[in-house]
Amino acid sequence: MPSPRLMTVVRLVLAAFAALAAFAAEALTADQVRAMAAGENDDRAAAIAAAAASGDPQAPAFLQALLDDAVRTAGDKVFVVRDGKAVDAASGAPATLPADAEDVVNSNRMRREIESALASLKLLSPDAAQRAAAIRELRDGADEARLPLIEKAWTAETDAALKAELGLLRASVLIGAAERGKRLEAAHTLAASDSPAIRALLLERLKPEAETDPEVRGRLQLALQSIESRLAWGERLGVAFTGVSLGSVLLLVALGLAITYGLMGVINMAHGELMMIGAYATWLVQNAFRSALPAYFDWYILAAVPAAFLASALVGAVLERGVIRFLYGRPLETLLATWGISLVLMQAVRSLFGAQNVQVENPAWLSGGVAAMSNLTLPFNRIAIIAFAALVLAALALLVARTRLGLFVRGVTQNRPMASCMGVNTARVDTYAFALGSGIAGLAGCALSQVGNVGPDLGQGYIVDAFMVVVLGGVGQLAGTVYAALGLGVLNKLLEGWQGAVLAKITVLVLIVVFIQKRPQGLFAMKGRSAEG
Amino acid sequence: MSAIPEVARTLPPPLGEGRGGGPRADEAPGRRPPSRPSPRGGRATWWVMVALLAICVLAPLLNLAVPAGHPLHLSDYAVALIGKIMCYAIAALAMDLIWGYTGILSLGHGVFFALGGYAMGMYLMRQIGRDGNYQSELPDFMVFLDWKALPWHWSLSDSFAATLVFIVAVPGLLAFVFGWFAFRSRIKGVYFSIITQALTYAAMLLFFRNETGFGGNNGFTDFKRILGIPIAQPATRMALFVLTGLTLVGFFLLARWIVASKFGRVLQAIRDAESRVMFTGYDPLRYKLAVWTLSAVMCGIAGALYVPQVGIINPGEMSPAASIEIAIWTAVGGRASLVGPILGAFFVNGAKSWFTQVMPEFWLYFLGALFIAVTLFLPNGIVGLLRRRAKPEEPA
Repeated sequence: MPSPRLMTVVRLVLAAFAALAAFAAEALTADQVRAMAAGENDDRAAAIAAAAASGDPQAPAFLQALLDDAVRTAGDKVFVVRDGKAVDAASGAPATLPADAEDVVNSNRMRREIESALASLKLLSPDAAQRAAAIRELRDGADEARLPLIEKAWTAETDAALKAELGLLRASVLIGAAERGKRLEAAHTLAASDSPAIRALLLERLKPEAETDPEVRGRLQLALQSIESRLAWGERLGVAFTGVSLGSVLLLVALGLAITYGLMGVINMAHGELMMIGAYATWLVQNAFRSALPAYFDWYILAAVPAAFLASALVGAVLERGVIRFLYGRPLETLLATWGISLVLMQAVRSLFGAQNVQVENPAWLSGGVAAMSNLTLPFNRIAIIAFAALVLAALALLVARTRLGLFVRGVTQNRPMASCMGVNTARVDTYAFALGSGIAGLAGCALSQVGNVGPDLGQGYIVDAFMVVVLGGVGQLAGTVYAALGLGVLNKLLEGWQGAVLAKITVLVLIVVFIQKRPQGLFAMKGRSAEG
Repeated sequence: MSAIPEVARTLPPPLGEGRGGGPRADEAPGRRPPSRPSPRGGRATWWVMVALLAICVLAPLLNLAVPAGHPLHLSDYAVALIGKIMCYAIAALAMDLIWGYTGILSLGHGVFFALGGYAMGMYLMRQIGRDGNYQSELPDFMVFLDWKALPWHWSLSDSFAATLVFIVAVPGLLAFVFGWFAFRSRIKGVYFSIITQALTYAAMLLFFRNETGFGGNNGFTDFKRILGIPIAQPATRMALFVLTGLTLVGFFLLARWIVASKFGRVLQAIRDAESRVMFTGYDPLRYKLAVWTLSAVMCGIAGALYVPQVGIINPGEMSPAASIEIAIWTAVGGRASLVGPILGAFFVNGAKSWFTQVMPEFWLYFLGALFIAVTLFLPNGIVGLLRRRAKPEEPA
């Protein structure tokens, strides 16, 4: 249909002149608006890109309207319809929408074009946050077409950090420029980056067919090296963080054992299952909050912590009264009996809640993380567990060192008959101490529910590790447990980066076995012949 | 902690040692007069021998000669089950030597069992030849992993003679090296148990990996023949069955001889008071190492007999749970009696197959309760119970 199109063009030109006369120089013309809203996709894309490059202050609003499907065309007129009211897109004057107005349909490709045009326009937004967001959006898709706009934004930018970002953005475009000088300058600028994306870009440019100039190649190499050394720091810190994080989990798991095994000498193979009970208690509290108090769902974890402690402590107290009491001084028998208990507990949980894993959600404030470096994000739940482990450790140390119960526990551990003669109810102290150790296992389970799967065999995966920590740290001292847990955690993660998770674990186990060969007595604080049991 | 508890801890045990049967008796094997009935010539021993030999003779007859449908016919399932349990009984007997008679509880015997099984499994995999799914000379899982040649540790796996050597040598060597380090630094009691558990756990993780070259998660299965004879053929199965039974009888006699010998006496002395054995001039290291290695070899042979009968071996056999189960067979039957472990293996595994058929969800309850009940009420296991019945006037 050439003739109506020709007609519209003529009328459009006329209208454009009229518009030019009516408005200031920096404004969208009806011509531009028309070109962006109607016609072939390629023409529209070109018009949108041109509008974006011009940095026109009116363009963002119109592009947003296009993206929101709020634009109608009728003949040569373009309207923006919002809340039922139509305005002329070019002049902004209120207008009545003609009956034959058609929607502007945007294909996915057009949407992408509009979005990236919007992003580049936002580079000039007065709002610094918007500019920062725009830079982030452009990082992946910047090309030569956007260069003028980026340069414009770069010169206009006042915020130092954003200016540096824009400089990197500009350099990442210029690195492919035709002139050698620009490429050199870009390579120089890029050396200041710390982002893995830029590293990938540099690697791409360093391919033999991409960059041929030897001097530019040299600069690129240098830039790559400086980025990699910066990234390496992020990686190192990442390893240290995951190591400490694993260590804090191990510490939580082992603290309970440090009491039941370290202080009381009970080999509790059901320790892992007590953790599982804590995790399931957390799950139950979560469900209760979801159904009864959905408004406070984010705070269920505060109720889950004491619930997990009490649930596991209660089960622990029952176990101590029912079974373990009769096996004091027979460690091998205790080991077998508690293994039996662990089987029963696992199967009981399977019967009650099913064999499948259950879903424990992180509260909103524990999801996500803080980006410490470009390639290092510290998840909030991991940070929370490190803090939680420190809290539990401090509370336990205070309890053992400063309270009456702690005094009794120490007294009974050190000399049972003497404590008994002094009027300490040793049997009751045993129960309390075991319940305390079990309760801490429950806390560990509550913490684990935030980072891992919660299922009937949750405890099985940790029991060997936990014993390793206690055995390595030495029996009867909390400090040893702390060193061992953190040491093992960091060592494990270090080796993991080097040789993979499974081999790392095997190496750690072998190292522990070798270490115990070297220092069998030193590791176990128990000295003298009683250690022979 | 301060120095005070250490001093306090050192005080009571010497008294206990002085009294002989006091707190020291709390150590491993429980409160028992040291091996009261001489293992030689006990009536129970003869009954076990007769029963095992009878099984070896009757099972083939009832399975092969009696037609199916006849009330006396023994089903293939029952034969496979009894064959499997006899392998377990060998492992339990091995556990009894090291735990019941020497007082060393190993929670890692599963690794020796599995190593023997894997040695046999490698040979059986090679025997499949080109009959696998991919018609390749390589085992199927290697084709699947896109390996082009056998890894070095498979080089002798096509020779049955070498396999026989490996079945004995690999578990034996591992046990010897591990035991030498552990016993030399005088790791004992619970610590030794926990380290052996770590050993089998580490081995399990290693065998789970595809790169290790042992079939990863799935292990070895789909065996076709052994020594060129089809493995699923009734006569082959029966031969393996009888071989297992005779091996069990052989090991039973060997254990009986060991326990009654001077060597065995020293082992029991080590169990009851290791320090005193040392002070009287014996070196416990050699004795412990010898019986530990022998026990591992027995387990390896049991594993090698187990694999062709069950038709599969995977790293699950190395899980800590599997190893603890070996200990519970021994404990249920009765430690420090040679009849006990065999009875225990039959009782626990018989119960297991009954439970898993009739009410699988209750099996773990039963097993768990068994662990608790045996440790609390039956320190001498079924054998202790029977002895108490037989001689009610003598407190067990």
